[in-house]
Amino acid sequence: MKISYYPGCTLRTKAKDLDDTARLCAKALGVEMEEIENWQCCGAVYPMATDEIATKLSAVRALDYAKHNGGKLLTLCSACHNVIKRTNEDMKTNADICSRANNYLKLDEPYKGETEVLHYLEMLKTVVGFDTIKKAVVNPVNRKIGAYYGCLLLRPSGVMAFDNPENPTIIEDFIRAIGGTPVVYPFRNECCGAYVALKNSELPKAKSKKVLTSAKEKGAEEVITACPLCLYNLQVNGENILPVRYFTELLAEALGVKA
Amino acid sequence: MTKEERIENLKTLSGTDVRKCMKCGKCSGRCPAFKDMDIKPHQFVSMLEKGKIEELLECKAIWNCLSCMACVERCPRGVAPAAVVEAVRSTVVRAQGKNGLKAEDIPPIVDELIPQQLLVSAYRKYNK
Amino acid sequence: MQRIGVFICWCGSNISATVDVVKVAEVIKNEPGVVYSANYQYMCSENGQQLIKQAIKEHNLTGVVIGSCSPRMHEATFRKAAEEAGLNPYMVEVANIREHCSWIHKDMDEATEKALILVRTAIAKVKLNAPLTAGESPVIKRALVIGGGIAGIQAALDIADAGFEVDIVEKNATIGGRMAQLDKTFPTLDCSACILTPKMVDCAQHEKIDILSYSEVEEVKGFVGNFSVKIRRKARYVDETKCTGCKVCMDKCPSKKGLNTFNMGLNTRPAIHIPFAQAIPNVAVIDPEQCIKLKTGKCGICQKFCGVGAIDYEQKDSFIERQYGAIVVATGFKPIELDAFNEYGYNDNKDVITSLELERLMNAAGPTNGVLLRPSDGEHPKVITFIQCVGSRDTSGCGKPYCSKICCMYTAKHAMLIREKYPDTEVHVFYIDVRTPGKNYDEFFRRAVEQYGVDYIKGMVGKVYNENGKLMVQGSNLIDNEQVTIESDLVVLAAAIEPEPSVRKVATLLTASIDTNNFLTESHAKLRPVESPTAGVYLAGVCQGPKDIPETVSQASACAAKVIGLLVKDKLKTNPCVATPDESMCNGCSQCANVCAYGAITYVDKEFRLGGGKTEIRRVASVNPAVCQGCGACTVTCPSGAMDLKGFSSKQIMSEVEAICKK
Repeated sequence: MKISYYPGCTLRTKAKDLDDTARLCAKALGVEMEEIENWQCCGAVYPMATDEIATKLSAVRALDYAKHNGGKLLTLCSACHNVIKRTNEDMKTNADICSRANNYLKLDEPYKGETEVLHYLEMLKTVVGFDTIKKAVVNPVNRKIGAYYGCLLLRPSGVMAFDNPENPTIIEDFIRAIGGTPVVYPFRNECCGAYVALKNSELPKAKSKKVLTSAKEKGAEEVITACPLCLYNLQVNGENILPVRYFTELLAEALGVKA
Repeated sequence: MTKEERIENLKTLSGTDVRKCMKCGKCSGRCPAFKDMDIKPHQFVSMLEKGKIEELLECKAIWNCLSCMACVERCPRGVAPAAVVEAVRSTVVRAQGKNGLKAEDIPPIVDELIPQQLLVSAYRKYNK
Repeated sequence: MQRIGVFICWCGSNISATVDVVKVAEVIKNEPGVVYSANYQYMCSENGQQLIKQAIKEHNLTGVVIGSCSPRMHEATFRKAAEEAGLNPYMVEVANIREHCSWIHKDMDEATEKALILVRTAIAKVKLNAPLTAGESPVIKRALVIGGGIAGIQAALDIADAGFEVDIVEKNATIGGRMAQLDKTFPTLDCSACILTPKMVDCAQHEKIDILSYSEVEEVKGFVGNFSVKIRRKARYVDETKCTGCKVCMDKCPSKKGLNTFNMGLNTRPAIHIPFAQAIPNVAVIDPEQCIKLKTGKCGICQKFCGVGAIDYEQKDSFIERQYGAIVVATGFKPIELDAFNEYGYNDNKDVITSLELERLMNAAGPTNGVLLRPSDGEHPKVITFIQCVGSRDTSGCGKPYCSKICCMYTAKHAMLIREKYPDTEVHVFYIDVRTPGKNYDEFFRRAVEQYGVDYIKGMVGKVYNENGKLMVQGSNLIDNEQVTIESDLVVLAAAIEPEPSVRKVATLLTASIDTNNFLTESHAKLRPVESPTAGVYLAGVCQGPKDIPETVSQASACAAKVIGLLVKDKLKTNPCVATPDESMCNGCSQCANVCAYGAITYVDKEFRLGGGKTEIRRVASVNPAVCQGCGACTVTCPSGAMDLKGFSSKQIMSEVEAICKK
């Protein structure tokens, strides 16, 4: 099957590994990720101030494109997913934001949140199925792996509806599917320090170290994430306590589709 | 703008009803940036409610809040302290000369690993 | 032509501040049919009633309209006054110019105009009123108590002591309820079992009380004074009349891995068991999900060892039907599920427990014989942290919007008992507010702080996580404006309480109203707090709202007083406003009987004269006035317009509508 795909800027540059492996794996699993046309940067953070409209328009454009191209929009970077999913919720439920955004965009037909936003992990779970992945594994990743969810996939849970915000299981299920042993540790849903890295690097240092220490204490040998910024903070500010990789890299390893 | 208008403006920007707060402090119990917040998450809510906005507009916490949504997620009353922080931060950076991150500050700290996502998000958060 | 008197009440300033009562009384004088009109400060007062009585006599009034508060408040008062003056009480109508008018309007002109319309409407109706006479129905002198916790036990004992028969229907295998699970009770710290079990024994021995344990109400028919209730006696696979409670079966049963629900699942019990030592009845029960014999057909060990032949694997659910004059609902509560509160780690850590689990861990008859040992490794916890308001006062959708009321006091109790018994234990309590209204309650809480050195922290916990074998409790300390992380060995959650879920079924069977939180609604929040709006149904304990033991017992005794007051009567006056069919128009379609929630309508074959000496036999509706509650569902269902309601006839209602619409 084909699915409209929004890569986002980081996946074109620093996080190329994430993008490449994701595409290869999807193909191997029978899903064709069709990159949407003329996408623009989502802004990387969801603008919470209620008067922010212009900063949400690129997300709305992508959503509208997907509405006319299959009705689903696949995301991979946690930040893009967070911004696009929350903006979509605004378009669905906030009449004020919806009408103002549509006034700007002057689309043929107003966009009202019709597109379904799907994260790559959700795609693996619901479209492909973890059982199918399990069968496709040729090279089981037989290691103890800590899933790092961070914030963006989970919160606010009312909108993201991704998983239980305090006790998520989807990445653990994924780890099991590729032959690994998931290690559950309490800081897997705590913040890595995020964008504060540019302002006050001591804070992400403390946070990232705490995340990795927590994973190590519970026995993890490595940590996986879906977010380039999390990866950066955990690797650079986490002082190499544990190796950190994108979850798609492990999937590629398991499926034997290394580029 | 009068002070009352500025208070109202902040309340509108935050999109959250600060009167729903029952002063339980769960937001501050959860905040991962607590030590770096000179004004704590629960104080953002109560100070906006009481109209003490000068202190909010001068605080350092707006640069350290991670927007991680932990406070929003766990508020038992459906209040969003992070949205109040964002309302204050937006108000500050939109004022002339109040950008929290200057372009000239960037080059020395940029390393080859820094993802675009970090630059874009920090700019969105700290600049107008 | 009727002679109508109109009486406009000021209700102090409740009405007169917004409605020009003098003007209303003046203008209404000119209405056709009105021969007298007056206004007075308090119509419901002795003087006000005197005014009405006098006017009825002096002006030969045939109908009375009172413009006042809601008829729910004083209709009965005014009807009684009219009756005393010789007027049929059903010739009185109340126009609600307070709740429906003065309280909801600000503009005096508008409100006055509306009050006039409402009074004219009542006049239009009273013109079509006819005198009605209340009938009588007998009272069955037996009460049903649903639920055998402390509320049900107290209500049953009080009713039985007054000489009436009482049945307690309890869905569990024993009575005792939640109170039986508690260790000590606040504010006096007496042992819960020591004060509860004598009452349980009293119930068992009382000649007027019949305990139907392991039973549930299946069907309720009838009405106040005359309920007919079908009760399911669940198969316990043990003959209640034979079992002596010797417990040999429990020792011999090979299937011992069932979760002990009485101990909140903290240990296991055999498939055949008696819930606890002082259970009433002291009779075993088999869990069919766990019993090897019932699941596979092989085993039968308990039957072999039972010395009195009480085991009966063939037992099936049976049904009994009994009649009652009154019903007390006392279905109790349970702590909420904590799945939505994963931040406290309840599902992930054995040593994060609920307060009710702690009760069992502290109880001498509990899984640890009363020695406080943590569930994970059986060690003595040295640092214990309590978290209050877990799911209470929560409007986020995860918990309950209300205060559970009992948690502040039991947490203080737990903290105090632990410090008393294990002085080397450090005890912390996170609280939002400490709410301790009640006699000797705040003093009790302060003792925990001042005498026992319990550390109360004003703030809330954001996360509980396991690190290096310790439970890290991260929370705010709002007084010192800091975030603290307490390394704890045991974390106790004061989980919100909610009505026992089975209450929904009971409420439906009784047509008793229930609120959004599944609490049963009382008839009046202040003045009729133990009566359900459904006549003959009374409420005791947490099924009506969160409350502690003293309050529950008070409410249960109040219920009993109400029940006794009902059961001492031989006959009840019935509401004369009942449905009545016009047999000449009835086509026998049965639609009215189908919608009647009370089973008041039956059909009879009747002979009708057609003229010219001919007759025909037709099937027509017949209403039992003793059973009809006057709800009117049949009148609007009847396709031929044959069914009408006395006192609320279609004609009367149409005349009211016309009066409202007339400009």
